[in-house]
Amino acid sequence: MSPTSPTPPPRKQIHLAAHFPGVNNTTVWADPGSGSHIAFPSFAHLARTAERGLFDFFFLAEGLRLREHKGRIHDLDVVGRPESLTVLSALAAVTERLGLAATVSATFNEPYELARRLASLDHLSGGRAAWNVVTTSDAFTGENFRRGGYLDRADRYTRAAEFVATARELWDSWTADGQPRPIAHQGEHFTVRGEFTVPRSPQGHPVVIQAGDSPEGREFAASAADVIFTRHSGAEAGRAFYADVKGRLARYGRRPGDLKIMPGVTFVLGDTAAEAQEHAAEIRRRQVSPQQALLALEQVWGVDLSAYDPDGPLPDIDPDPHGELAQGRVRIADPKAVADKWRALSRAKGLSIRETVIETTGRQSFVGTAQDVAARMDAFVQTDAADGFILVPHLTPGGLDPFVDRVVPLLQERGVFRTAYSGSTLRSHLGLPEPARTGGRGGRP
Amino acid sequence: MSAPRPPLRLAVALDAPPGSGAPVPYDARHFVALARLAERGGLDFVTLGDSFARPGLDASAVLARVAPATEHLGLVPTVTTTHTEPFHVSTAVATLDWVSRGRAGWAVAVSTTEADAALFGRRPAAPPAEVWQEAGEVADVVARLWDSWEDDAEIRDRASGRFIDRDKVHHVDFTGSSFTVRGPSIVPRPPQGRPVTLVEVPPAAGPADAPGAGDTADVSDRAVREVAAAHADVALVRADDPQTAGAALAELLARARALGRDPDLLLVLASLPVELAGPADAAGLAELLADWYAAGAADGFHLRPADPAHDLALLVDGTVPALRDRGLRRPGRPGGTLRDHLGLPRPASRYAHA
Repeated sequence: MSPTSPTPPPRKQIHLAAHFPGVNNTTVWADPGSGSHIAFPSFAHLARTAERGLFDFFFLAEGLRLREHKGRIHDLDVVGRPESLTVLSALAAVTERLGLAATVSATFNEPYELARRLASLDHLSGGRAAWNVVTTSDAFTGENFRRGGYLDRADRYTRAAEFVATARELWDSWTADGQPRPIAHQGEHFTVRGEFTVPRSPQGHPVVIQAGDSPEGREFAASAADVIFTRHSGAEAGRAFYADVKGRLARYGRRPGDLKIMPGVTFVLGDTAAEAQEHAAEIRRRQVSPQQALLALEQVWGVDLSAYDPDGPLPDIDPDPHGELAQGRVRIADPKAVADKWRALSRAKGLSIRETVIETTGRQSFVGTAQDVAARMDAFVQTDAADGFILVPHLTPGGLDPFVDRVVPLLQERGVFRTAYSGSTLRSHLGLPEPARTGGRGGRP
Repeated sequence: MSAPRPPLRLAVALDAPPGSGAPVPYDARHFVALARLAERGGLDFVTLGDSFARPGLDASAVLARVAPATEHLGLVPTVTTTHTEPFHVSTAVATLDWVSRGRAGWAVAVSTTEADAALFGRRPAAPPAEVWQEAGEVADVVARLWDSWEDDAEIRDRASGRFIDRDKVHHVDFTGSSFTVRGPSIVPRPPQGRPVTLVEVPPAAGPADAPGAGDTADVSDRAVREVAAAHADVALVRADDPQTAGAALAELLARARALGRDPDLLLVLASLPVELAGPADAAGLAELLADWYAAGAADGFHLRPADPAHDLALLVDGTVPALRDRGLRRPGRPGGTLRDHLGLPRPASRYAHA
């Protein structure tokens, strides 16, 4: 190399995580290769595959209430799942390096108990725990809990922010020489007095993940999260989101590298581009059965549409703006606008109900050969549309295997993904520093 | 001629007694090593104590970590019901049953201290009788949530596109004195149907209408025994002699019968502290247990070693073989689940149509 040739800038390293799929129609349970969504070997398989692929972490969503439709329990999708922290504690026994992330609501838990359970997982895994902080919006879910119903949007986020701050006070409350210091937290939502029973873990304390896209969510992530789990899997939207969220960090004295942005993405691989497209179309058809298509329509229209033919045209009637068929799902803000858009699409392309739903709800982020997918993921990350990806396979438990076998080696060849774990904690995988001990009361000078 | 008695049930506590001065373990290896030792000894289950204000890890997380590292051993963490959500308690224990393939139980406990209450800041400490009454309601709703999915609710019927048969998934609509739960559970019915429920009861067993029954202590003791008689699969009784243990057993079974329960479905284990200096002590303990068992004092024993790391090895290598020699412990295991080990049947879901 000549001494005058410029050194190319180092390539950004991609972070990868695996989401255990379930509980929505993207999971193709009718596939002959589909296994249990509950039995432990399914979780162990996906986690071991992710660890074989040198992923940063394994991610579990949370369910607190079965969804209902027309007043009855929703029966078309995978339903039912185990409790996250218990599954992850068990997975700590069958993995060595993989981070273990649990989604747990800040609305229906209390800081002391949850901080203790998370700290326990962090110790039992040798510093691999993460908490995906979510809030819960509805009184429907609240019916399973002591505190019952509902917090409005603003209160949910102030409660979540105070929850995380309180958990960190507890996690940070032991001195460097291993003594607990009493905490006395008095806030708007919580009063916590006493000593925490768990010392700091090998990674300081659990990694905090935030999922959500509202302005409140972005601000909360910028102030308090280590990782943000987004839905922006398109490059342009991804770059806008990335710039916005990273731009908010300085206000909290944080640097851009302190928060990793990871969209949830799907992938479909084929030996040729055409084969991958064909396979992707087949998966979308399986995700939207005739029954699923009518259900998706009813969720927009808010009325019973069971008399319609899924292979026929969309209804002429307008949605009922007060229709409340579905519970436990995010409400559609403007049903009439969505219905008009769907009808226009259906007319323009001559699509049936089922075809329209497939067209509008199919979310497949990376479709192509392994080479294509590796190149596009790399470009996505190098152009600051994300720091990495949370992969959501269509199939449980083997859906991640092809990615690890075929795409990971190509990312390694490109020099953008690790060839071995360099550390043993989740913070070390993410390149996050061990958090400083906050607070000075009783601390060492 | 009466039927032969089942082998005596044998369990051990993995946690050192509070105040023993032993260092508090935070490393998974410590618990895995102890559990594997207990498993080698063929014990039916281990318990791990817990409370919010005492140093240590969450017991149910620890035993979930232990589950894949063991194959046969029953795993019973203490789970408190006072400052926790009944729905979360139900799903965590059900999940422990899933990850251990049917080896989970839980020991119902309450928080009565101001120190615990201050860690939550949600409500003040309440008297034992009150929190035990609530604990009974929690045990009730937890079991209903376990039953809320019938065993064959997941159907994966491709023709109709239905993943579950929703007629086999039920709201529980439970209303207690301090909470309500709509249900159903988010976790499908666990492998044992219902994981094993343990309650530790106080030894004194005075008649309910005896003089002094109005004392706070008696009222709260009675509340604990009501919970055990109504909801426990296994009751643990701390007693210093076989007469006291036997009296507690008789009283518990009488209460269970009065509540309409089959008394064969409630096992009573005597919970004994043990401290073993050497193999002779271990053999002596076997003799003592055999004598108590012969006297009908208990269906088995829950041993609480002063130093689990030390005493457990002596129990496994000394006491258990001596019990086997007397024909009081079988060499193998009758089945895979904790209920199988204990000789307790797998209950049907109360919501299942006949």
